[in-house]
Amino acid sequence: MKLTLKIWRQKNAKETGKIVDYPIDGIEPDMSFLEMLDVLNEGLINKGEDPVAFDHDCREGICGMCSLFINGEAHGPDRAVTTCQLHMRMFKDGDTIFIEPFRAKAFPVIKDLVVDRSSFDRIQHAGGFISVNTSGNTIDANTIPIPKHDADRAFDAATCIGCGACVASCKNSSAMLFVSAKVSQFALLPQGKVEAADRVLNMVRQMDEEGFGNCTNTGACEVECPKGISLENIARMNREYLVASMK
Amino acid sequence: MAKSAILKSSLAKKYWMSLTGLFLCLFLVGHLAGNLQLIFSDDSHFNEYALFMTTNPLVKILSYVTYISILFHAVDGILLTIQNRKARPIKYAKENAAANTVWASRNMAVLGTLILVFIVTHMVNFWAVMHFDEKMPLQTTQIDYQGQKYDFYITSSVGKDKYIPVNLEQSGLEIRNRTEFWDKAGNLKIAEGYKDLHKVTFAFFQDASYGLIATISYVIAMFVLAFHLSHGFASAFQSLGANNPKYNGLIKGFGKGFSIIVPLLFAIIPVYIHFFAK
Repeated sequence: MKLTLKIWRQKNAKETGKIVDYPIDGIEPDMSFLEMLDVLNEGLINKGEDPVAFDHDCREGICGMCSLFINGEAHGPDRAVTTCQLHMRMFKDGDTIFIEPFRAKAFPVIKDLVVDRSSFDRIQHAGGFISVNTSGNTIDANTIPIPKHDADRAFDAATCIGCGACVASCKNSSAMLFVSAKVSQFALLPQGKVEAADRVLNMVRQMDEEGFGNCTNTGACEVECPKGISLENIARMNREYLVASMK
Repeated sequence: MAKSAILKSSLAKKYWMSLTGLFLCLFLVGHLAGNLQLIFSDDSHFNEYALFMTTNPLVKILSYVTYISILFHAVDGILLTIQNRKARPIKYAKENAAANTVWASRNMAVLGTLILVFIVTHMVNFWAVMHFDEKMPLQTTQIDYQGQKYDFYITSSVGKDKYIPVNLEQSGLEIRNRTEFWDKAGNLKIAEGYKDLHKVTFAFFQDASYGLIATISYVIAMFVLAFHLSHGFASAFQSLGANNPKYNGLIKGFGKGFSIIVPLLFAIIPVYIHFFAK
């Protein structure tokens, strides 16, 4: 495959970046998108140029590290996959592919395509946990009976890998899908109910402080989410927050 | 913290957006029911209804809630839009938003702004005329008497003052406060006329110079409203946390139906007046 890549290059957080064109040849349709970028970078390194910086880790769609806004969509044109699971067969020979970092005020660019997503960590720290006594007499969570339906929905929410595709896809850079998944995975379980009110208030407050936009229910996040996190979670958070803020 | 959260947080802004939006949907239904009288009723009934809507205390309270809702919905929408713009300082070079969203959902602010412009012009054209225009005509009717036609004002009085001759000189009456008929000699109010909103509305959409443009603009505004509602109605439920797979189909289906039927019925009225009514 022969492609033209239009990649956002930015030296560091302070300098302004720009789109740079990279023609590339010899790409196999069975390569993953990141392998394609590896090929590009090898070429750049061989030429003595600065390789394109991008985030990646597990390369099997579970760590939430890879990102990239590819041809106008987070994690590219395929559905329910991360960029590392996206394959070049999704593109045609001769295609031009735009590759940009996830854009949000709360996700500042560190270098090229790498963005700082620690705002998600701070939201998690604000309430995405349960307080359990771990001093040696920890009770097995499975001793508490939980309806299968609730357990399944909590697990569905917990599959969120925190990649930030929801923020990147949202026209408002809203983090509602991420935060609501983290609120929901606890709110649905008895262990999480104890701190539910504080959790949702604190996580939403932190979300607002980080400078994410507001949800306008366009549903882009749900479509682009590699884990298929549902908008139902956002509604659940809206309910939880409404009740919690009245208390 | 809880107390301030309900006023300031991003979610709270959405609650207010939803509540005011849904209230305005209710207003649309009421307003539509009233306006449809322009087609299905006569001028007397319509003007009586107009009088009721501008004087009944309960309706007055509702109308103030409506004004506040419109203002709040608009101001809240502007605040949210400004925040949303700030949340992405550097835009994407290439976006493929059509792949994951529908057009109306991405353009609620633009659609809302157009609706606000429409509301303002609409209120200038009708609401302000009804409330403040000193030249607002009073409703008259022609009565045949021995082959001769005479013009009479229609009033809300029962009995002999129900019809008052338009030529006030002979009867010794005068009009005060725009609608009141006073007996000059006795300094006594004897009857109350009806502001002829029916006539004003028909004249507006049938005007030789701007009637067609007004009709077309109105229809376009209803298209804009339809798109705004097509996203807004169901969206309001989601913002309030009402999302249950059991009922989502119903809410979305009702929202789609509402967003088509209500603006369509509104749009039919000026089209009827301009092209078909006498």
